[in-house]
Amino acid sequence: MAKHNYSFYPGCSSQKGASSSNQLRSTQTICEELDIQLNEIPDWNCCSASIGYAGGGQLPRLALSARNIALSEQAHPDQDIVATCAACWLATREANDRLNENSTLMAETNKALKEGSLTFKGNKKIRHMVEVLIEDIGYEGIKKPIKKPLEGIKIAGYVGCQTNRPFGINGESFENPVYLDKLIATLGAEPVEDYDKKVSCCGGALMFSEPEKSQALVKDIIESAYDGGAEMIVTPCPVCQMNVEVYQEQINKKYGTKFNIPSVYYSTLMSVAYGRSAKDAALDGQVIRAIKLEEIAAK
Amino acid sequence: MSNPVTVEKYRNNFLREVEANVEEGDWVKRCMQCGVCSGSCPLGPHWEHPPQELFMMIRAGKRDEVLGSSSMWMCTSCYNCIARCPRELPITHIMHGLAHYAKRLGLSPKNQQTKKFAQKFWDNLSKKGRVNELKLGLSLYFMNGFMEGVKMSLKMQKVGLGMLKTKRMSPFEMLGGHGCKDSKGLQAILNKAREIEEAKISKFQG
Repeated sequence: MAKHNYSFYPGCSSQKGASSSNQLRSTQTICEELDIQLNEIPDWNCCSASIGYAGGGQLPRLALSARNIALSEQAHPDQDIVATCAACWLATREANDRLNENSTLMAETNKALKEGSLTFKGNKKIRHMVEVLIEDIGYEGIKKPIKKPLEGIKIAGYVGCQTNRPFGINGESFENPVYLDKLIATLGAEPVEDYDKKVSCCGGALMFSEPEKSQALVKDIIESAYDGGAEMIVTPCPVCQMNVEVYQEQINKKYGTKFNIPSVYYSTLMSVAYGRSAKDAALDGQVIRAIKLEEIAAK
Repeated sequence: MSNPVTVEKYRNNFLREVEANVEEGDWVKRCMQCGVCSGSCPLGPHWEHPPQELFMMIRAGKRDEVLGSSSMWMCTSCYNCIARCPRELPITHIMHGLAHYAKRLGLSPKNQQTKKFAQKFWDNLSKKGRVNELKLGLSLYFMNGFMEGVKMSLKMQKVGLGMLKTKRMSPFEMLGGHGCKDSKGLQAILNKAREIEEAKISKFQG
């Protein structure tokens, strides 16, 4: 059995053929290196992210997360729940907090869960993978498996919104969290200093419904990374990763910019630094290829 | 059945209606009108009425203007307002709550794009318990009619191809795709939750 065991909530976009399947692959790689075992919550469902509210009222949305937590309580009673997706983590932790704070909502949610023969107890911790890395493994622990330090690469640590607010990582500030910069430095690369857009919003799900407004936000996020001398952007969030990566050509067309900067997950960076293959690091999942990382992985 | 006179009286007090029926609505009265939320919002310039204005309008009983506004549909769920509000109002959640309530009553703007997308997201996930990104994306392109859909698909062709090539999108999702095994159980849970919520709201609506 692995040293660290967690009840894992992978989320819809991590599934095979989905938009952040590359995040899951690279996460599995770093878990192998760090002796972490992620035990998937059986038959988990969508958390409704932060956009299900048009159709789903408060109680149905709480019930979605409560079902996942209840399933985890059954299958992995002694393990914290861990999510890699910012929205999954946020929705689950919010539901857990709100139900524990409000006995009426708790009773109503459990009444609904009964229809699926489930009960929510609510005594679990809901954690983000980044918390696991920083709190349970620690920067020293993260350093240990490094075989190929990412020397000579300048990287903008784009934390984004939902990994940072309203909960964030313990001990970090909302306005200027530094854990991602520290992680970049731990891996041997150089973080962009004073990256002023590190906690700015990429538009989230509104990239789909308000593309022009959201692309204007992404333009600033990328521009600021370039201004800081970055060769790539790293992020913990699936929505940030995709929004910052895949619309660059459309943004270039509209604004006359010449953006072509890779946007990668921290787990991809770590996998490469740990000496793993391009495939294990999910570098083949890059729409804008991270050539420098490919070169290091091929060495 | 409640007395229509009471209902009329009640409706005049929009703040009480929001407190009773809108998610986290009981926080609205605590807003001190500092405007930090509006200044912190990434889409701030695009709001018809920024959050602190909505809060004041609720207190002033401007029911139609608030519920018919496109404002709360501009929320990107970045949580900046929550992190910065000096009075710790859960503004993001109140915006989601107002949007949901307006839609439930049929008062939200007809062609609001985020409203349409958010509904499609919910329909997509509640069908099988998990989001089918391919079907969601396609239904999104075509949500404003067929011709618009063709135009949109052409515009997004390169983005789609990039996702296909990197195996971050799969055509096989069209045939069923991912889902919960116990999607029946999940739907029973959701139906019950909806039923409980509706009963609560109708109690206040009369």
